Order: sequence, then C-alpha cells, then structure tokens
Amino acid sequence: MENTKLTARDFAPSQPVKWCPGCGDFAILAQVHKTMAAMGLPHEKYVVVSGIGCSSRFPYYVNTYGVHSIHGRAPAVASGIKLSNPELSVWVVTGDGDGLSIGGNHMLHAIRRNIGLKILLFNNRIYAMTKGQASPTTQLGTKTKTTPMGTIDYPFNPARFAIGLDCTFVARGLDTDMALTSRILERAAGHKGTAFVEIFQKCLPFSEKEFDDLKDPQKKDDLTIKVEHGKPLIFGKNRNKGIVFRNFRSEIVEFEAGSIPAEVAVYDETNAEMAYLISGFQAPEFPIPFGVFRASEKPSYEELYYNQVAAVGDTKGNELETLLSGPDAWEVK
Amino acid sequence: MNKSPSKKEVKISELNSITIRFAGDSGDGIQLVGHQFANATAIAGNDLSTLPDYPSEVRSPAGSLGGVSGFQISFGDESVKTPGTKPNVLIVMNPAALAVNIKNVDKGSVIIANSDAFNQGALEKAGYSSNPLEDGTLANYRVLPVPVNTLTENTLKDSGLTRSQILKCKNFYMLGIMYWMYGLPLEPTVNWIKIKFKKTPELAKANQLVLAAGSAYSEATEMFDARFQIKKSPVAPGNYRNLTGNEAAAYALITAAKLLKRKLFYGSYPITPATEILQTLAKHRANDVVVFQTEDEIAAICASIGASFAGCLAATGTSGPGLSLKTEAMGLAVITELPLVIVNVQRGGPSTGLPTKTEQSDLLQSVYGRHGESPLVVLAASSPADCFTTTLEAARIAVKYMTPVIVLSNAYLSNGSEPFRIPKLKELPKFDVPRLPEPGQFKPYMRNPETLARPWAYAGLKGYEHRIGGLEKSDGDGAVSHDPENHELMSKLRAEKIARVAADIPPTKVYGALEGDLLVVGWGSTFGAITQAVNEARRTGLQVSSAHVKYMNPLPPDLGTVMRRFRKILVPEENFGQFRMMLRAAYALEPIGLNKVQGQALNSDEILVKIKEILRGS
Ligand SMILES: Cc1ncc(C[n+]2csc(CCOP(=O)(O)OP(=O)(O)O)c2C)c(N)n1
Repeated sequence: MENTKLTARDFAPSQPVKWCPGCGDFAILAQVHKTMAAMGLPHEKYVVVSGIGCSSRFPYYVNTYGVHSIHGRAPAVASGIKLSNPELSVWVVTGDGDGLSIGGNHMLHAIRRNIGLKILLFNNRIYAMTKGQASPTTQLGTKTKTTPMGTIDYPFNPARFAIGLDCTFVARGLDTDMALTSRILERAAGHKGTAFVEIFQKCLPFSEKEFDDLKDPQKKDDLTIKVEHGKPLIFGKNRNKGIVFRNFRSEIVEFEAGSIPAEVAVYDETNAEMAYLISGFQAPEFPIPFGVFRASEKPSYEELYYNQVAAVGDTKGNELETLLSGPDAWEVK
Repeated sequence: MNKSPSKKEVKISELNSITIRFAGDSGDGIQLVGHQFANATAIAGNDLSTLPDYPSEVRSPAGSLGGVSGFQISFGDESVKTPGTKPNVLIVMNPAALAVNIKNVDKGSVIIANSDAFNQGALEKAGYSSNPLEDGTLANYRVLPVPVNTLTENTLKDSGLTRSQILKCKNFYMLGIMYWMYGLPLEPTVNWIKIKFKKTPELAKANQLVLAAGSAYSEATEMFDARFQIKKSPVAPGNYRNLTGNEAAAYALITAAKLLKRKLFYGSYPITPATEILQTLAKHRANDVVVFQTEDEIAAICASIGASFAGCLAATGTSGPGLSLKTEAMGLAVITELPLVIVNVQRGGPSTGLPTKTEQSDLLQSVYGRHGESPLVVLAASSPADCFTTTLEAARIAVKYMTPVIVLSNAYLSNGSEPFRIPKLKELPKFDVPRLPEPGQFKPYMRNPETLARPWAYAGLKGYEHRIGGLEKSDGDGAVSHDPENHELMSKLRAEKIARVAADIPPTKVYGALEGDLLVVGWGSTFGAITQAVNEARRTGLQVSSAHVKYMNPLPPDLGTVMRRFRKILVPEENFGQFRMMLRAAYALEPIGLNKVQGQALNSDEILVKIKEILRGS
C-alpha cells in the first residue's frame, strides 16, 4: 500500500475555523494536527469526538472522522467507537464545563475503565460558549455572570481528579507553551489506556487574565514547575528552588543554584503518590506543575474485552440457527 | 392414556385450554417451576402464554403477603392468546399465596395447597385467624390439600441431604403432581435437572426422585379423580423454543447483525423490566457481539451512537425513565441520521411508578417526546415471540432509512413467554446496506432518491472521512449551516424520510369482516386479549372485527380507509388514550376508548364487556 507520509496540513480543515481571534484553542489545534501527522496512522483511523462548548467545535477542524455530539457526552460516544473498533485512534476534546460538570459521570467512568481514549480537556475556567458563567473550575471567589458576588463552589482540579481515579496517563499543558503541549500530546498519542490531558486555555472574552501570571516572563519561573520523569523537581528563575517530600507533605527548599541537594525529589511518573502530591500544588504556596504527571501501564478496557471474547473462541462463523436453538429447543414434525 | 391403578375411575376431560397459576413465597422456586411447566406443555404440542409476576421490592420476609411470587400460564389449542384472566387451577405453596390470589379465582375452581405450610405462624403472617383449608371459607372451591413437605421428606429420607436441602425440593413435588394431572411428560424437566445440577449429582438425583414421586402420588391417591387432556394446537413444523419477549428481542438483535454482516453493539444500563435483554446478550458476548454496560442510560445510547458511527449495528434498551434520559441523544441520532434500535420495555409510570408492572403509556413519549422537529420510527411488538419479528424489522428499517427506531415492548411481553419457531436463515428478511458511492462522489448528506437515506460511511473506512454532529448541516455536503432556509429544508427531508417508511408497511389485516358495526383497533401487547375478546364476541354473533397496529410511526397508509368502513372504532389500551389521540389527529375520527392504568394487562373479558356495551347501545 502506498503510504505517503502525512503532514500537519493534511489534517487541516477545508472550512474556516471560527473561534475568537486570539483564542488559545488555535494553538492546541495546530499541535493536534502535528501530533496526528507524526503518529503515522492513515487518515481514516482517526476519530475526534467532542461534546458542546467552544472547544467542542474541534472535530469540524480536523480533517478525519469526527463527531460533535451533545453536551458532556463525548467520552460515552467515544467509548462506543473505540470498543467497536479498537484500531481507531479516538480523541476526545472537551471543556471544563462539558467534561467535568454535565459530563462528569462519563469522564469518571471512561477513566475508571481505562478505555483507550485521548481526552483533551481545555480548561479556561469559564463557560465560554454560553458567555461567561462559572464553571466547575472557576476559582473560588471569582465574579462571573452567574456569581456576581463571587463563586462559593470549590473548584475541581482536573488533573488531580484524573489522578485520584488512577488514570493511567495524566498531564497538564498550557496553550501558549507549544513545546510542552507538543511533547505531552505525542506521549498521549502513544499511550494505550485512557490519556487525560488538561490544557490551560485562555478565553479572551471571559477569562482573559486567568493564566497571565503563568505566562509572564518575570513571574512564570517562580510560579510554575515542569515535571519530567527522572529529573529533579526544581524551579525558580535561578533554578534554585526544589521540592522535597517529607512525611507525606511537600516542601520547598532553596539552595544555591547548581548544587541540588540530595533531598530534592527526582520525579517518577510511575509513582501514583508522587503524582497525587504534585497535582495538588496550588499557587501561591507552590508552583503550578506542568508536564506528564502520571504514565503507567495497565490493560485497557478494549484489550480486556477482546481478550475475554477470544478466550471463548471466535463465534463469527456460528450458524444462526444453532445460536437461536439454545439447549432447550424441541422439534415439531 | 395410562390406566390408573387407583380404585376410583379417573375421568379424563378434554379441554380447549386451561389457565393455571403457581403461587408461593419468593423462595419457593415458583418461577422455575412455572418455566419448566411451560416448556413441558410446549413440548407436548400446546400453544401457551405465560405471565410471571413477582414482587417488586428486594425480597420481602418469607411467608409475608408482599413476598408472594406467581407464575400464570394458559395453554391449549390455538385459541390461547393470553396468559388468561383467572386461573382455573391455583396452586399455593403457603397461606400468603392463597390470601393474595384467592380474590382472582372463580368459585368452583381447583385449589391445590401445600397443607404442611398452613401452620399457625404462617397463617398469622397471611392474616388468617383460622385455617382456610379447614374452616369452610373455601367451601365453594374444589380444595385439594397435599402435605407436600411431609411427602417430600418421606421421599428423600434416605438421601443423606439435610432437612433444609430436602425442603428446597418440594416445588418439584408439586410440579410432578401437575404433570400427572395434565398428562405431560417428565423427561424435559428431568433433562433440565441433569444439566442444572451437573456439579451436585446428589441434588440432581433428589429433585428427579421428588418429581417422579409427585407424579406417582397423584396416580395412586384417590384425591385426584380427574385429569385433563388439553387439545393441542396445530403448530407448523419446525424447531421451537420457549422465549420471553426480552430474550426474543435480544436474539433478534444478534440475528439482525448477522444478516447485516456487521458487529452488534448493545449499550445499556440495567432497569426493570428491560434488563434481561442486556443479560441475555451478555451471555453471547463475542467478537461480533459487543455488549457494553454503561454508567447510565445517557452513556448507553451515546456509546451506541458512537458504535453506529463506527459501522456496527447499534442498539440500546431501557424502560420509561431510561427512555427519558436518552431523549436528548435520540435527537442527535435523528440529526446525524445514524441507524439505531432503541427498545423501550414500558412499565407503569410516571417516575418509578410501578416498576415491575406493565403499561402502554410511553407511546406519546416515543412518538413525540423530543425537542425540535425530531421524527423517528416507532414499532410495537404484540406478543413475546413477536418481539423477535418486530426488533428484527426495526433493525432493517434503521439501516435502510438511516434512522433511529424505537421498539415498544412492555413488562407483559418482556416477562411473558410463548413458543417461538426458530426461523431458518433463508426465511429471514434481507438486510442490504445501501451501497456507498465512490469516495470521490461521496457527500455525508447526499440522499438515496427512493428512501432519502444518507450513505452509511463509517469511521475507519478509507476515503470517506467526514464529520457529523448535532449542529444543523447543509443539504448534501454536510457542512455546518445556520442558513434558515436550509434548516427548514433539512427538517422537511428528515420528516419525509420517516414518512417514506410507510412504503414498507404491509396492508393492515382485518380480523373478521372488512366492514361492520365495530372495529377494535389495538397496538402492542393488547393483541392477545383483543383477539380473544373479538373471537368470543363473534361466536355470540356480534358484528365485530379487529385490526392490530405495529407501525406506530409512521402509521400504516391504509389505516384510515380500513377504519372508515366501520361505524364505530374501539381502541383498548393501557393508558388514558394515547393511541386514540394519535388516531383522532391523523384521521379526524372519534374512536371510543377502553383504558386501564392499573399496572395490569387489559384482559379479554374487559374488552368483551366493552364490545357488548357498545354494540348493545348502538
Ligand atoms: C443539555 C445542555 N445544557 C446546556 C447547554 C448549554 N451549553 C453549551 S456549551 C456550555 C458550557 C461549555 O463550557 P465549557 O465546557 O467550559 O466549554 P468552553 O465553551 O469554555 O470551551 C453550556 C452550558 C447545552 N448545549 N446543552
């Protein structure tokens, strides 16, 4: 078979992309095109499934198979596709409201099953499509159209939600950090079970300032930390701060740049407890973590399913009449 | 017939049909005995219809009125269309079973009671101050007390089993008695016991002994002075099996997928009385049968929609409350124009209503209960075995017209059973998936000029990559479109496509004369009761006919003409007149309603009374 190598452009849509100019979604879209091209599967093996929201317009903008489904239900639709045909590379694009509010239940169960979906949750901490109401990730006290006096619901931390569910792959990216997002997506693409990727995403009209500090060259090195498997957990403008885990608590230690103390933790993405601790980091006490928090192997749902039926044996060829007869049929002559 | 060794002459009467009801505590194995009895009568060549009836809640205390489980069966010649209204023979394993069921048994009928169970404590639990078997309250019935516990214990005294193990076998003693009374063979049950208790040969042996002992006891005792021979129904030759409506629906889905040469995907969430479809299919999980128990009904239908997009024959099943949850996703299936079978096993509503009881009250929800202009096909099954035919038809239409199809069943059909003739492959309808155009010509919303179906290009197929979704699409090319004219056009096309399904609807069969005083128009599960009532009415010389509707949306194209040939129309249904309303709207006719909302099936007597009332009044 002729298999000309696909490029990002092959995945670009034939129709114009309608997001607000400056929306973080554009950058993520470009990275997804690139990742799909790099994955090397033929076009027809990709399916992008979404729910409802600004980010959920995504399937229309990827030149593959796609379903723009209903609010919150993308993981369910995608599960049906993946289980029907495990050869397909099934991507779910969802928002913080879509994936964690109305669709929380499906998200939870997709992760529990470890079904092979690549779930990209765009977290802009607001309902953008419906124009600016509080979402389940809106930070406490934020004034929105539905919370004019400030929110009083504690927000979800999506990455931690997934890690708490023992999701086998959990990462956090940032729309403006292309290199990081690209690295994360590439690894998610290669992951076997559920890959859950939270991407902080700026919404210009409604949560414009939300992540500004994390992008500010003056502040970002002290406010964020990149976790990488096998590397020490250090951060700071001068790379002179590190994370130490003591008595199941995280602490920040400062040191002289260049001489990392032995007690600074070396990150291990296969360690669920470490992932859980890291994912809980909140500013300003701790730097906001980015990168792959968790990557571990466990049989996927579709693998277990088809192994189970393989153990029973192939029944494709079974005569219909045999099946219908069952053990207690009788004959009338 | 065997010659009876008993001193008395045993009278053998021939009957057209008989209705018997087994009743006992939930732990007495009533459903098991009922099913065995049903199989034995079927194998003996009878037509039959059954109605299991068990308590809804989690096991009530033993011996309590709330814990009574029942299994009714009517069997005989081809006149058997329903599980019967009132039992001619009531078998009670304890006083509570008697208390619950006696009001539904006519004077003069036979009551067989396990007299050992009528002790002080059990009588009190059932609300009796004295023993009804002895105090004369049942004087107008033919009561046959049998000390089943004692007889079972005597039979098994050398078996080495514990007393509680022995008493578990007592239901087979009663079954043995019934087999003798109706001249039914023991072999099918003996074979079943051998398979069922393969791992515990001592129990297999015990149950066989008890079954045979029950039969022998009846032969020997003087008490049973009558046995009955039931007229057989002239059944078509072939292989048969007793199936419940839910099993029939499950097998139909597998069959449809096989005919289509696609995988079956069934996504579902447990809910009474639809769960057995999921459970039956789960047993047949295989490479080509994918069964997915989801977190809720919304996920179930959404996963099935996903599976349909991936090229499977996709289905989902539920009951009323679950159907409401699926509503939004049904709209998605309508606008994406994907094939999908949705089985709705109706039960009493609203809300949790009567979760184990039957009703026909989701008709309007099924036909109209969605947002937007959202037409889809609705079919109704009329008997347990017809759940097979109807579900198969639903799948065929779903694929041919690229549409969701709702199959309406209900608790009465899903739990009830009747003999199902196992079809030969060549007798089954053809399932041709319309051919796809060449990739270069393909557009997601191009339409087959005849059916208006769009092509079923599915994920994974090279050259047909496309995107669908809930947003309105432009005619033909399928790009997202907010153009007002296009939306109206697409809405019309979707409606017209469903209307064209009418072309597949066979002419309406009128049972009886083609014109006359009264036409009884039914739909779904009332088929048996209506047919029986109309039969009865015609026997008494009344000018009445009946027609039964399977295609609820679209309606049969000839239905209006058929109805107009009669002076009056009666529509019996288990709701407050939902189908009647649809008929009024569609044909500007004024049918008379016979409505029952009691969680119980309409029975033929009730329909007959109404027929007489109408015709007498006219
Ligand atoms: C059943 C249903 N309820 C509500 C809506 C309205 N709605 C559309 S998008 C949305 C919120 C989406 O927010 P989020 O997932 O954060 O996505 P974003 O628009 O921010 O990308 C809501 C409430 C809907 N479409 N369907």
